[in-house]
Amino acid sequence: MTLRDLKPGQQGKVAGIGAAGAVKRRIMDMGVTPGVEIKVIKTAPLGDPVEVRVRGYELSLRKDEAAQIQIDM
Amino acid sequence: MSMTIALAGNPNCGKTTLFNEITGSKQHVGNWPGVTVEKKEGVYKKDREVLILDLPGTYSLSPYSAEEIVARDYIVKERPDLVINIVDGVSIERNLYLTLQIMETGIPMVVAMNMMDEVESRGDRIDCGKLSELLGVPVVPIVARTGKGLQELMTAAIGAAENRTKPHKIDIFDKELAVAIRSIADVLGDKESDENNWRAIKLAEDDEIIGGLVPADKKAAVKELVQVANRAAGGDAQASIADSRYRYIGALVKDCVKKSGRGHVETKSDKLDKILTNRILALPLFAGIMYLLFACTFSENFLFVPGLPSPGVWLAGIVEEAWGGVAENVITVTENLGASEWAVGLVSGCLDGVGAVFGFLPLVLVLFLLMSFLEDSGYMARVAFVMDRIFRHFGLSGRSFIPMLMGFGCSVPALMASRTLESDKDRKITMMITPFMSCGAKLPIYAMFAATLFADSNQTAVVFSVYMLGIVVAVVSALLLNQFAFKSQASNFIMELPQYRIPTLKSVLIHGWEKVKGFAVKAGTVIFASTVLIWFLSNFNFGGMCDMEESLLAAIGNGIKWIFAPLGFADWRASVGVVTGWIAKENIVATFGQLFGNVSEETVEAVMAGEEALPGITEVFDKISAYSYMAFNLLCMPCFAAVGAMKREYGSWKWTLRAVGFQMTAAYVVAFLINVIGNLL
Repeated sequence: MTLRDLKPGQQGKVAGIGAAGAVKRRIMDMGVTPGVEIKVIKTAPLGDPVEVRVRGYELSLRKDEAAQIQIDM
Repeated sequence: MSMTIALAGNPNCGKTTLFNEITGSKQHVGNWPGVTVEKKEGVYKKDREVLILDLPGTYSLSPYSAEEIVARDYIVKERPDLVINIVDGVSIERNLYLTLQIMETGIPMVVAMNMMDEVESRGDRIDCGKLSELLGVPVVPIVARTGKGLQELMTAAIGAAENRTKPHKIDIFDKELAVAIRSIADVLGDKESDENNWRAIKLAEDDEIIGGLVPADKKAAVKELVQVANRAAGGDAQASIADSRYRYIGALVKDCVKKSGRGHVETKSDKLDKILTNRILALPLFAGIMYLLFACTFSENFLFVPGLPSPGVWLAGIVEEAWGGVAENVITVTENLGASEWAVGLVSGCLDGVGAVFGFLPLVLVLFLLMSFLEDSGYMARVAFVMDRIFRHFGLSGRSFIPMLMGFGCSVPALMASRTLESDKDRKITMMITPFMSCGAKLPIYAMFAATLFADSNQTAVVFSVYMLGIVVAVVSALLLNQFAFKSQASNFIMELPQYRIPTLKSVLIHGWEKVKGFAVKAGTVIFASTVLIWFLSNFNFGGMCDMEESLLAAIGNGIKWIFAPLGFADWRASVGVVTGWIAKENIVATFGQLFGNVSEETVEAVMAGEEALPGITEVFDKISAYSYMAFNLLCMPCFAAVGAMKREYGSWKWTLRAVGFQMTAAYVVAFLINVIGNLL
């Protein structure tokens, strides 16, 4: 499953990142690396993007980007 | 001055607050050569004089935006005596990621562990001594907002710079990968140097910029070794390197940070965020805040109280009145000195030019004070978060909203704000459409037409519809540009949502002052020069001084008026208005005041405020052509100051001319449609 499938309040461990190139590097630079705990906090008022908590801070990314991040529950 | 210290850190880590605290008012703001990123320098004077450089905020030394490239180039190429790396103790893991990368460069550094008060209030503890021991660099706990620990920080920094204490070389990477990186460094240069080591890591990370700098004769060897590195890392060295750094940080944090054990405790910021980005409340609250922002700056009837000026308008009034007094005295003195008529005219022309700049300053000041408050408090990031869904439909990201919103105030700072956009495509499109947001200087044009030609209709609705027209054209343009000009370039929205914090008064004031100073210098010179130019063109022809009807300006207007026939206003005075509007849009009203009846300056001001009509313009305009004229001036090339800002932001005349060409085309097409459809109805 991917980060996109998690509902607000749910959390899981990052298993891998499917994106490529600059987007992947960006995601990883921001601390979303394999093994890290990630929790979905909320969805934006218009349904997208989502806010997640990772490594003690809040990060926002679009659902399409979240779908590139594989999660182990 | 011999010592240079650079401040580096993540965005929102308190870097600028620290910079303001240690340099006080001794700052200089310029631009980095070749790019439009702000370069802030200051001087620290206590034990000795030190040049302090505030680098743009960056999450990593793998650059994405122009600002991040600047930060990295400075650290790596200029090699300052020391880097103070500011780390936000609250999100220590992500912040240490940059710390490790700065350590890779081998430049002496000191870590400033910031936000220690917030860390403590969460019940967490950071053992700075232990961290310092593990990294091999001094780690000083500070609270930049209150100034706590800054003396110790600077003492440690100057000491480390003098002794050139280098950070530890730490083994972050797995053995095989480390060997592969080592061999890339060996290819780059015979003797071991920090720079080659750093470049080797970047090459393994598949960094395009560093890759392009490899000498041609070494390219093949490097390429092969990068593949070795990839194999050593199980296929993807880039991912493995990021992962290794974070794993190393995980171990560091385990050793040095004691969490309260209560897990994540809901902070005030979290509670505030629940309201501000609440599903139902977010949009109304946002609309309310934006309304307040603009009401404070521009409203003549502040908070719906008729006649009550907003702080911005009130200040502008005071400045204008004071300047009016000065100008009057100067003119009297000039006349008493027996100066000829044209000399007095020139003096009064110059004074008007300076006055036009002065009158605008209070509005820019108030707008930027409020904007920087919203920015520094963390709310602007939420605006982007909330608006992203809408903007994505136009092919942009939520962050484009901020420059476009500022465009309603003034295009110059709005275009400057576009530099925070990461994606090149988003930045280019946003800059093309930002001038379609009706700026403050365009309002007097609408006020003039509304009071004169739309006196019998709902004037507010007319003016409002012009604003809406700008937004609609911007949206349609973004869609078209995405569809046809920038195919297949996706944008992303991977963005930190920082903690809400009340910015310090000092930071907000310094920020506001910088913008005002920048505006006064940049826009001021253009407006001043153009006022004198127009005075000359409208008072002279090749035979010397003359009436306006026979002037060079009239000749220019007559020469180009046919262009505007399809738009409904083939008149030389209307054409002259378009030209003077490029100097500053509100000039159109002053020009019309002169050309349609030669009215006094007071009358022009009343017309600009919509309090008085300018009956002369009915000779040329009816309702339809007036609306077409308003639309044309809204959409066509913005004032020269804004074009200058565009040139700086695009960094090339090619793109600037493309943008101006696009804007002119859009203006012509829309005004043409208004004229044709309006006359059919």
